[in-house]
Formats: sequence, C-alpha cells, structure tokens
Amino acid sequence: MDSLLDPATAIEAVDRGLAEAGYIASRQISTAVFLAQRLDKPILVEGPAGVGKTELAKSIAAWQNIELIRMQCYEGLDEAKALYEWKYAKQLLYTQILKDKLGEVIGQTETLPAALARLHDFGDIFFSKQFVEPRPLLQALEQKDGCVLLIDEIDKADAEFEAFLLEILSDYQITIPEIGRIAAVTKPIVILTSNANRDLGDALKRRCIHLHIGFPEPRLEARIIETRVPGVASELRKKIVSFVHEVRTLDLKKLPSVSETIDWARVLLLLHTSSLSSEVVRDTLNVLLKYEVDMETVTPQVAELIDKAERAFVPG
Amino acid sequence: MLSSPASATTREPDDLLLRFFRAARGVGCRISPPESMDAMSAVAAVGYADKARLRDALLLTIAKTQEEKDALAECFDIFFKSPEPRNLEEAQEDAEAADQSAEEPGGNESEGGSEQYGELARMLMSGDRGAVQAAMTAAADAANLSEIRFFTQRGLYSSRILEMMGMAQLEDDIAAQQAAGNQPQRLMNARDGLREAVREMVNDAITLYTREGTEALRNDILRNVPLNRLERQDIERTRKLVGEMARRLRDKYNKPRRKKNRGRLDTRKTIRRNASWGGIPFITVWKQKRVDKPKIVALCDVSGSVARVAEFLLLFLYSLNEAISDIHTYAFSGRLVDVSEILDGNAIDKAMQEVMKTVGYGSSDYGKSFADFEDNFMSGVTNRTTVIILGDGRTNNLDPRTDILRRISERARRVIWLNPEPRFAWGTGDSEMPRYQPYCTFSRPCGTVRQLERVVVDLMEMDRH
Ligand SMILES: Nc1ncnc2c1ncn2[C@@H]1O[C@H](COP(=O)(O)OP(=O)(O)O)[C@@H](O)[C@H]1O
Ligand SMILES: [Mg+2]
Repeated sequence: MDSLLDPATAIEAVDRGLAEAGYIASRQISTAVFLAQRLDKPILVEGPAGVGKTELAKSIAAWQNIELIRMQCYEGLDEAKALYEWKYAKQLLYTQILKDKLGEVIGQTETLPAALARLHDFGDIFFSKQFVEPRPLLQALEQKDGCVLLIDEIDKADAEFEAFLLEILSDYQITIPEIGRIAAVTKPIVILTSNANRDLGDALKRRCIHLHIGFPEPRLEARIIETRVPGVASELRKKIVSFVHEVRTLDLKKLPSVSETIDWARVLLLLHTSSLSSEVVRDTLNVLLKYEVDMETVTPQVAELIDKAERAFVPG
Repeated sequence: MLSSPASATTREPDDLLLRFFRAARGVGCRISPPESMDAMSAVAAVGYADKARLRDALLLTIAKTQEEKDALAECFDIFFKSPEPRNLEEAQEDAEAADQSAEEPGGNESEGGSEQYGELARMLMSGDRGAVQAAMTAAADAANLSEIRFFTQRGLYSSRILEMMGMAQLEDDIAAQQAAGNQPQRLMNARDGLREAVREMVNDAITLYTREGTEALRNDILRNVPLNRLERQDIERTRKLVGEMARRLRDKYNKPRRKKNRGRLDTRKTIRRNASWGGIPFITVWKQKRVDKPKIVALCDVSGSVARVAEFLLLFLYSLNEAISDIHTYAFSGRLVDVSEILDGNAIDKAMQEVMKTVGYGSSDYGKSFADFEDNFMSGVTNRTTVIILGDGRTNNLDPRTDILRRISERARRVIWLNPEPRFAWGTGDSEMPRYQPYCTFSRPCGTVRQLERVVVDLMEMDRH
C-alpha cells in the first residue's frame, strides 16, 4: 500500500495481501480497496448475504495487521450505542461525593451566588472526556495505529442512524456537544456493508466508494474453495463450483451463496466424496438450499444439473 | 473522436471526464459534485493506461447501484471505443501497389499520382489509421460534437465534421480524376468508409449525449399523460419515473427525527438537569416521541380504468417507505378487501395482479364497499389518520352511502378524495362526486403523474411542524 507504487503494482499488492489473509478478491474488489486508501474514502459494500462482505473487512485488518473494530447494526441502534455514552454510574458516584463535600465547598465561599457558580463548575466536570464511555465509532477514531472500522449491515439500522454517520464518514471526526470535536488520531479504513434490505440514503452513498459483490465467477469461487476447504481435490472442486453455478441460474427463493458452497464442500469432504453422483447431491442438498420449496424445485433436476456442470469448463 | 484512449492522454483529461459524466447522466447515473471529484481522483490514481482498471475505478466511484453499474459499463464501452474507418486497409494495400506500379513505366493508369491529391485524400490513401483517427477526433472537437442534443441533428454534425476534415477537396479530387477519364475506385471506397465512420461516430455521440435531453423530454411528456391512457410499453418507464420521484421525496422528508427513542428515560439529559442538585433526580427527562410522519388509510377503487391510477398511487406511497410511518390499503370494486399484506410483500406489478385477483373485476359499488369498510376496519381510523379515497365516484346508480363517508370524516384527521377524471366530469352521468365532496377535507383530480406528485408532496407537508 505504498502510495508511491504505480497503480498496477499497488492493486496487485492488495490482491496478494488479501490472498495471504485468506481472501480471494476479484479485480473490482482489489481496485476498490486500493482506491479507498488512495482517496481516503469509506467503501460501501452491497450484495447478497454470504458473498464475503464482512470477511473483506476482517481480511483487510489481518493483512494490514491492524485492529478490527466492528459495529453490528440493528434496528434501534442509536448514538449512545454507536458513538459514546456518559458513564452515568461514575457521574452519579461523583455527584454523591460532591454532595458529601457540599458543606466544605460552600463553606469556603462567601456569598450564595459564588457558591452556586462553584456548583455549576462542578457540573461541567461531569461532562468531560473522563466520563465518556467510547463506543465503536469513537474507539475507531482513538486507535493510534489506525484500524479497520466495520459498520456491518447498515441497512438493518434505522434510516435516521445514517445521518449520525455522515460526519465520521466524510471528516473522520465526531462532535460531542459537551466536549467538542474529536478527530481521528489515524484515519481508519471504513467498510460499510449492506444486504440491501432497504435503500440507503443518497447522502451516505455519495460519501463512499460503492462496491457491489455478486456471486463470484466459477474460477474465483474455485479459488475461494481451495483456500477455505483445502482438502478437496481439484477435480471435485471444479464440479462443486459449476454445479452451484448451474443452481444459481434457477428461479429459487434463496440462491446458494459462497458461504453455502463452502459448507457444502466441507460436508462432501467429510463424506469422502470423490465425484458428484445424483445420490450424494440429493442427500446433501439441504446444506446448499435453505428452503423446502427450493429443495422441491432442485431435487428432480439434480441429474440434469450434474450433467450440465460436467460439461461446463472451469479453467484453472 | 469521442475519445479513444490514445487521444485521452493528449487532451485535457478533466474535459474528457466531464464529457463522460454527461454521458453517464444520460444513462441515469446521478453524479453530484462530490462524486465527480471522487471519480477524477480515482482516475488520477489508476491512470488511463489500463482500460479495465479505468472502467472499474469509474464504476466504483460514480455508480451507486447494480443497475447504474450495468448502464455505466455499457456507456463506458461506447465512450472509449475508437472510430475505425473501413476500407483504409484496402486503400493502403492499393496505395502500396500503386507506388510500385508507378515506378514501372506505363503502369497503373487508373489513378494518377497521389501528389496531385489534397491532404485528406493523401491521408486516406496512405492508409494511416492513427492519422485518420486523430483527424476525425480533431474535427469532432472543432465541430463540438459533444454538444449534440437531438438525434435530428445527425446530418448536420456529420456534414460539419466531414467538411472540417476536407471533404470538399476530396470530392474535387475524385471529380478531377473522373474528368480525366479515370475511375478512382479505391479513393471512392475510402471516402465511403470515412463517411460511414463519421456517421457511426455521430451515432455514438447521439447515444451518449442526447439521452439526457431526450429522457427529460420523454419524462415530461409522460408526467402529463392521463395514466389510464398509458401504452403498455410506457408503463415500465413511468413506474421508474414515479419510483425516482418517491426516492427524492423520501430523501427529503426522511431527515433524522429520532423516532425510535420514544418514551425512554433520557439518562444524559436527566443527569445534566440534576447535576446541580447532587445527582438526585428531581427532574426526569424523557425522550420525546414526535408524530410527524403521515399515517395513511387508503381506499382504492380498482374497477375499470381507475385500476391503473390506483397502481401508480400505491407505487408512489409504498415507495416512500420510511418517510411514511404507517399505511393501510383497502381495494374495492363490488366489495372491499384489506390488501395491505399483499402490497407489503410484493413488487407493485405482481401485487396489483394479486389485488385484482382478490377483489375481482366487477363493476364498482361504492355504497357496499363503504359499508364493508365501516363494518370491518373503521377502528383503524383515528384522529391521526389521513384517509385517502381514490375513485371516480361513479356508483352505477347505486346508493352512494354518503352517510358512511360522513362518519369516516368525523373520525379521521382528514379525508382526501382523488379522482382520476378531470373536474368538469364530476357530477355528470352516474358520478356522485358532488355529494361526496362536502365530507372531504379536499378533493383533487389525479389522473396524471404530475397531479399525483403534487398530492403526495402536499401529503408530506401537511403533518410537519
Ligand atoms: N472472496 C472470498 N475469499 C475467501 N472467503 C470468502 C470469500 N467470499 C466469501 N468467503 C467466505 O464466505 C463466508 C461468508 O462470508 P461473509 O463475509 O460472512 O458474507 P457476507 O458478509 O457477505 O454475508 C465466510 O466464511 C467467508 O470466509
Ligand atoms: Mg456479513
């Protein structure tokens, strides 16, 4: 990630770095990561579940040898859970101490207004940095060596929450009303993911490099299987991948993703399968397909799909 | 021309990108200033040398949905394609042959020595692709090809470019040869090839640069067409248009409002308020719930010609998603059915088919349908509900049951009647609109996308404080 490298070499370096961390990146993925660093921009990764969106963030952190800070989004996620929270127990404890000392404090001052002013000064102390409990976004800004900030499944958070993210996404800083602006010590690499359960706002999209990860090309998927399930023989691997590829052309409720291909390869490995027979496929189809209706669609076509998969040529 | 990568390096790259952005807007990519700046930085980072990488970089920074990426990829391929005049190879081979034969005394007589030719003819006969391409690009620039706005300008731009390349001289050269009794076939072929190449270049420019203007024009027309007269082939486009409007409204009205923090203790504010009392919470501060997003109950006539309008109204409302807090929809013709679930779970065209199947295609009975509503769903109407009724109010001379509409209007915050027919038709024939109107907060004609948009905007404004 040397900024002096020419683009071809730098993108290759991304590719290699991710591969060493166990992540097989397509050309677009490597280019996106390269651009994110050159442009200091977050990447918004969209695509179906199980295609490696979350894994991409993890792998970047592993490759760069920096911390991964993950913020899993959910409905109702708010500022307090994402940015910071006041340590109110500590605040209350301190106010108790203050109350005990009240006599002393007031005793030293001459007049009532002076006493009140004094109390107000104490009030401010409670809203200083030492009472702040950092949540993932703030933690990410405080990492001295930088980090990968993964804002996972942003589409699950409320649309309102996106607005909180805008400042941190464009300026790598946040504003706490009582304390002021906190800027990143080292700019984090920010990855947002979305399964597109809802449309994200334009403002958010505008601040990001937009990467769409779809189902991979057979050749890429074969490499992913090779990395994730090393024991599978190359011939079988190709057949697994092209079979899944054929299944994805069908009109199903949920198409099998990379994660399902990996699971399936693992199961076939456990069963010491050496080639894809209709019988084995039918017995293990539930690993690939999550819905009963999809099983009903695919089961009668298994022999035909195997046949098609055999004929499809997966290079490499 | 449009910009072969070869010429890309020689000209102002920003200018090149700006033209690409315009082409990209034409295929529906929304490019705001930050995006264009990102795209420029990205291109600076990856360079022009590798086309695939350049394409990736532009797709990553400009396109923000998969559809935009597909459209932009196609646009990129046209934009960065090089013009290739045909017949040049032939001209070059022949030129070589001619050179050889020219050395032979009494050789090929069919074309005189190229030294008599003008510049363009010599260039064509030399078969130097690079030179011809560069000349085409330069002429296209000089003719401001990227300013082309309408496909009707094809002839104008083609002849301008050819003129700038020296077509007049070329024609003279050919005429002179013919006058001398020669048949300069190779030169004529090269000329035809050049014409074709220029024409194709202009066609590409039309694809790239006029789309935006044409699109805007077409959308403007569609906005004003009565929805129930839409031709089948325009329906999909109109759906897109409505979806686009809804998206804009949604972004506009969906500013953060902390809806979710309702009714919880706000510890932060509580502590702060009570800090001066030593933290004993005399005053508790509660997070506020603010109701300012519309709650809608929609009753849609789906008989006959109203069905199409209902589809677009519902498409609009349901595309607003988060900007509307709650929507319940009932469809009716002869009777009334709750169709909210169908609409929640399906894309609009599928949902409408399903709705029609459920409600049936019978002729409408407003009285019976209103009675169905009152009997089964009246409790869903409260003083925070906006009731929208979409229908032509044509009751087939059956009892209109205005009494029920009155009771609905007494419960609801407001009742809005949308009628696909123009106002002058209200009250004619079996239309009972004038009898319904007194119980409506307001009633509007709503037969075009434009009218629809106005209604929805008003709807979004009404409950904002
Ligand atoms: N390109 C890839 N290289 C390596 N492993 C991958 C790749 N894509 C997906 N995987 C694997 O697939 C599984 C699902 O990936 P995940 O990142 O959780 O998907 P998503 O976040 O897109 O739903 C993980 O176990 C991951 O290791
Ligand atoms: Mg994930």
